[in-house]
Amino acid sequence: MRGVSRDRSRKLLPWISTPIILVLAFVAWDVFVRVSEISDAVLPPPGRVLSEMVTVLTTAETWEHAWITTSETLGGFLIALVVGVVAGVVLGKVPWLELSLRPVIVASQVVPKVALVPLFVIWFGFGITSKVVISAMLAFFPIMLNTQLGVRSVEAGQREVMRSLNATRWQTFRHLEMKSTLPYVLAGMEVGIVLAIIGAIVGEYLGGSEGLGYMLVRTLNDLNASAMFATTILLSLIGLLLYFVVNALKRFLIPWHESVYGQQDLNG
Amino acid sequence: MSPDSAEAVKTTAGARQSSRTGAAGAAKLELIGVGKEFRTKRAHTVALSDINLTINDGEFVSIIGRSGCGKTTLLRMLAGLLSPTTGRILVEGRSLWNGTKVDTSVVSQLGVVFQEANLFPWYSVAENIALPLQLRGDDKASRMKRAYELAELVGLGGFERSYPRELSGGMRQRVAIARALSINPKLLLMDEPFGALDALTRERMNLELQRISLATKATVVFITHDINEAVFLGDRVVHLTPRPGRIHQIRTIDFPKPRSIDVQTEPEFGVIVRELRHALDEDEKR
Repeated sequence: MRGVSRDRSRKLLPWISTPIILVLAFVAWDVFVRVSEISDAVLPPPGRVLSEMVTVLTTAETWEHAWITTSETLGGFLIALVVGVVAGVVLGKVPWLELSLRPVIVASQVVPKVALVPLFVIWFGFGITSKVVISAMLAFFPIMLNTQLGVRSVEAGQREVMRSLNATRWQTFRHLEMKSTLPYVLAGMEVGIVLAIIGAIVGEYLGGSEGLGYMLVRTLNDLNASAMFATTILLSLIGLLLYFVVNALKRFLIPWHESVYGQQDLNG
Repeated sequence: MSPDSAEAVKTTAGARQSSRTGAAGAAKLELIGVGKEFRTKRAHTVALSDINLTINDGEFVSIIGRSGCGKTTLLRMLAGLLSPTTGRILVEGRSLWNGTKVDTSVVSQLGVVFQEANLFPWYSVAENIALPLQLRGDDKASRMKRAYELAELVGLGGFERSYPRELSGGMRQRVAIARALSINPKLLLMDEPFGALDALTRERMNLELQRISLATKATVVFITHDINEAVFLGDRVVHLTPRPGRIHQIRTIDFPKPRSIDVQTEPEFGVIVRELRHALDEDEKR
């Protein structure tokens, strides 16, 4: 039974270590601010950030901005998911199409997509649309590429089994191809959701008057470093929450996959 | 010309005809002049040529040969995965192939076990075993009942709800065998099913397969390159020679079943194995 208890304590370890690291970081931060007598406008002490955090969180406007950013992210992500999975399946299934599009795909991968953001603002305006489009564009590639890889990675031996069982196309899809590809799609989604948030924030930096990205730029113009910290923390929390939603989805959908049963991380 | 006489012609003098092949009514599987050619732009290979073989109900036939002798090609044709270029394959008198089109109603009565277990990791042991029944449209209660029976039969009682990743190589292969047996196949086709297992596991699986085949009265075509295994399990051993793949000889193995592992130490067993080994070595020289 020793193995079991060791397993359990291993799973508990991150839950103990993470708070300790956080507390240590805050203490170090606080000590540094006191000792160096650094200006508040550059690095406010954690206590100040915390009280600013309370102010920020209790302002109704903050939540409106947070909601805007979240919906842009989710909107872009869902578009990327649908388009990415469809494109990935098509490219995975039709080799000649993939071959002829490969140079274009590689080229568009290499383009620093964030550099296109101003262009999207011109095309889609300063409103929500441009941010959704940017989010979708960033999240699209990992989802599409992973899906394509997944479709290709269906094992020949397992296909042979379905053939020898006289399975119809639909049965092969339902029992083999879909199940086999799903882990790849979910891996793409995990990367995609993080990129979708980045897309929404960068979009808000550059144009518009809504969202947490816009709020950040405003705190910069006010030189209000504690509010900037507070907003950044809020953004990180939203990002973490969205990531965990996708991760939970993965645990629910593919409990049999090694990326799930072998996982021993924070949410383990 | 009946398939039996064709077989007799092709069989070398050293091979003994099984007396049971005479009972044509009980023929489970008949191969009549079966051949397979692969044509590419550059090459034209004759993988198999004029294979004539009759396998009776409940018979266990081992097929041995060096790699490249076409034994896997033969099994893929029997499994409905690859069409023969010439000849006919009859399962209980019904033709498996119509030209290059396979008769799906015949294929659906075959059970196939490959070298790899090829289980579906997203399904439990019971769900894997019951997959052929699910594809056939059996209701859940009846197919699960059958899956539990079969898990018991192949020695996996208590593991029905486990997932393939939790099983050893030998256990996975047992699941694959149970899956193939789930539909009560008229014919069980096995392509080096224990080739990927270690020697000890392999020996145990041989005993298990003998027990399972006797318990289910299954008709088995068993492909291997292991002579010992072929002789231990087979009622008959078919020796294929390469380039082109032909039946070189068919030996009847008369040891009564069930055979214990000790049968391998009997002098006559050693003689058969040695003769087959020499014959296989001859193939190498050709």
